[in-house]
Amino acid sequence: MDNKSLVSIDDYTKEEILEVLDRAAKFEENPNCNLLEGKVVASLFFEPSTRTRLSFETAISRMGGKIVGFTDSSSSSVTKGETLKDTTKMVSNYCDLIVMRHPIEGSARYASEVSDVPVINAGDGANQHPTQTMLDLYSIYKTQGTLENLNIFMVGDLKYGRTVHSLLMAMSHFNPTFHFIAPPELEIPRGYKILMDKNKISYHEHTDFDDIINQADILYMTRVQRERFADPLEYEKVKNVYILKNDMLKNTKDNLRILHPLPRVNEIAVDVDTNPKAYYFEQALNGVYARQAIIAKALDL
Amino acid sequence: MNIKKELQVSAIENGTVIDHIPAEYLFQVINILGLDKSKNSVTFGNNLESDKLGKKAIIKISEKFFEDEEINKISLIAPHAKLNIIKNYKVVEKKIVESPKKVVGIAKCMNPKCITNVEPVTTRFKVINDSPITLKCHYCEKITDHKHIEII
Repeated sequence: MDNKSLVSIDDYTKEEILEVLDRAAKFEENPNCNLLEGKVVASLFFEPSTRTRLSFETAISRMGGKIVGFTDSSSSSVTKGETLKDTTKMVSNYCDLIVMRHPIEGSARYASEVSDVPVINAGDGANQHPTQTMLDLYSIYKTQGTLENLNIFMVGDLKYGRTVHSLLMAMSHFNPTFHFIAPPELEIPRGYKILMDKNKISYHEHTDFDDIINQADILYMTRVQRERFADPLEYEKVKNVYILKNDMLKNTKDNLRILHPLPRVNEIAVDVDTNPKAYYFEQALNGVYARQAIIAKALDL
Repeated sequence: MNIKKELQVSAIENGTVIDHIPAEYLFQVINILGLDKSKNSVTFGNNLESDKLGKKAIIKISEKFFEDEEINKISLIAPHAKLNIIKNYKVVEKKIVESPKKVVGIAKCMNPKCITNVEPVTTRFKVINDSPITLKCHYCEKITDHKHIEII
């Protein structure tokens, strides 16, 4: 049943991405339905993730489905030494769909191969988190009216941020212009630059946060994490360079929207929250609609 | 000048000669090709002088002709290996080893946090570059480059 699963954002073609986004818009108009009536969804969170789990469980509940599962592996048979294979096989006998978060990279792909029912990856370590990418895309689509030909600015930790990498891959279908703003230590990995060159996508790299953002349609902020730096002094030097403050938005475009996968620490000043261009809280809500659409697609509903 | 040197591994009548194997990988090549379980007569030499490799290994297998897919598995560790197909003591065909498109169950993923290093999962890679050979894990999607390829 591997084909119905969503493990990596690459599993969706451009057409499928657009199909899911249109479906998400329908769920937003009408979030409550009974599409999942009589269905059981297993929510297997081998590591805690409150935001993603609640978003999925809200999506399932609004569609009338039942949820079984666990919220961290200490309350599952994993503590007795059961393998992921056995847990997945056993659970897939009980349910119609598996939603899985696991700290080990590649675990979701493997689970999708041993499971008899589709698996939706809710994050596998530092690898993939495709439902986050779909909600990011939905937020962009909704606020800009299109995904084509946009100026996308990505700021902060572009080296380790998996949301950045997946969004970059997904947006590559839509002829974007990327601007990357990051310290040299956290610049976008070479592999992605090669990919963009191959796909003839134009991108620009900056180390400073300045007037350049006046061209942006989307400003995608991420957290610069202290633990990414070998030298704490280096962190102290850059930590305040990538903070977005309200007065920096004065001359930006009217259609600009600021996104952030959350949780934020200090990279977006609190005074931005009331600016109409701040979109990160609505973005999180969009996650419910995007996940409803992904679940419906996985189950052919 | 045409000096006919004595063969370091004696000739076979019919079969396959695999030449230019890096000396340190001889036994891994034998394992990968399953020659340790072969009923055919297998002769080999190791640490032979080679202009190209310094020290090389050579394997001669009687009455055995490999499928391309089978032989390409060794390209991970012996990318410069050459095959001579022997019939009636004569070389009737020469082949070079080509990189496979997929690598299944031979190499180890270099990412310690990959599921294949945590549970008994058969490793699977896509070959994303031939030279130097570069693998992308089907599971964790991380790259294992030539320098880090480890044969299981």
